[in-house]
Amino acid sequence: MRPVARRAAGLLAIALLGAAVLVAVLSGTSSASPMRIQITIHYSHYDPSRITVPHGVPVTFVVVNTDPIDHEWIVGDAALQQRHRTGTEPVHNARPTEITIPALTTRETTITFDKPGVLQYICHLPRHEEYGMVGWLTVT
Amino acid sequence: MRRLSTVAATAVVALLFTAGPAFACGGLIGPNGAVNLLRTTTLAAYHDGVEHYVTAFQFAGGGGQFGSIVPLPGIPTKVERGGDWTLQRLIRETDPVPQAGVRLEAAAASSAQVILQVRIDALDITVLKGGGKEVGTWAKDHGFRLPPDAPEVLDFYANRSPIFLAAVFDADAARARGQSIGDGTPVHITIPTANPWVPLRILALGKTGSERVDADVYLLNDRQPTLLPDPNANGLSLQVSEPASASLLKDLRSDKGMGWIPQNAWLSKIRIDAAASDLRFDLAIDASGRGQPSLRDAGLAPFGPMQPPASWIGWVLLLAAVGLGIPVLGGAYLARMATRRMPPGAGA
Repeated sequence: MRPVARRAAGLLAIALLGAAVLVAVLSGTSSASPMRIQITIHYSHYDPSRITVPHGVPVTFVVVNTDPIDHEWIVGDAALQQRHRTGTEPVHNARPTEITIPALTTRETTITFDKPGVLQYICHLPRHEEYGMVGWLTVT
Repeated sequence: MRRLSTVAATAVVALLFTAGPAFACGGLIGPNGAVNLLRTTTLAAYHDGVEHYVTAFQFAGGGGQFGSIVPLPGIPTKVERGGDWTLQRLIRETDPVPQAGVRLEAAAASSAQVILQVRIDALDITVLKGGGKEVGTWAKDHGFRLPPDAPEVLDFYANRSPIFLAAVFDADAARARGQSIGDGTPVHITIPTANPWVPLRILALGKTGSERVDADVYLLNDRQPTLLPDPNANGLSLQVSEPASASLLKDLRSDKGMGWIPQNAWLSKIRIDAAASDLRFDLAIDASGRGQPSLRDAGLAPFGPMQPPASWIGWVLLLAAVGLGIPVLGGAYLARMATRRMPPGAGA
């Protein structure tokens, strides 16, 4: 092998080794941190309104309220949503699946879904659900 | 020449409130949700470059504070107590009630920038300047619960005119003043502006798509007006279009603050009976006589702030350059290739 070709092969090997190390570091980081999903509320609608997440891993939802009015993000099954339709709790902070996002603010919540299924996220402030503040969350 | 270009009266004939806290009267609703504003009536008048609004709130019982928000085409110079019978007289002109022996006098019914604040009877009036977010935040900070469509509707108006009037009705103060159910408090707003328009979409605020908006709009113009959208479509129907009677104009002129009503005018009445989801426009009126009401004033221009002309002209030029450049360059290339392939001496 000529010296030039040998030098090129050496550089290629170093590059491949560096890339492998980088991939290993990044994959290690991502497995330690929760998946992050941003949901933007604009004109009283969720964007995106359909999300798919895996079960058994923590997922951080970053809910950005761009409206000058308060909103809610309450995720759960049909029974939970039905309870909230007649609920009287003015503000939600106690459970990670039920949060209030004041006007023009951002809230984060981290949830680990324990089993697959199809859930909904809804704002139960008066008339917000009727207006279209509904989203679907599929847990795989 | 002083002349009346437009007088418009919007009579919301069936703004009924239930205990549902998300119902709104033209924009805002108080936190306790009780029924107290039975009906809102608005008169918008345009005269010699000045638009006049007369809005009346009728007290229908209940307690606490309630309010309404009205988008305005410009900054008002004056907010004062309105006349006592102007709105009722307009309604009587087109929908006369056969009551023999009733005299006319008996018809008198009982984080944005704050530009102006006035107290009129049990009403606290605040004129605000700001975008949709600012006005919405101001309303929220002042204890009002905006319905879910408010962010979009406030932006709809703020993109054209960032001026809003918030009227807070203090039902407790009304009761303390001895106001009875059905009593109205008229407010007269004077707004210099080049182009009058009547806000219609705001009437659907807080209503779900299938709920109806039921209102009457009266117009008085120097001549038969040109309107946008078509007053006989989209839930609108033009029910009266004729010269205003001398008696109507005389009666209006004799009310408090209405001395500017001219000797002659054209009277129109537009009935609104539309699903809330369909009422996504305002009523633009051509005040110049050219017969060209503004798409923008009607809210029918593309949503969002108007862009500087240079921006779209630039895009047009770019597209034109690309559109013309490709054929020209392509043609030149093909011509060159053809020339190269020609055998020597084959040219003309």
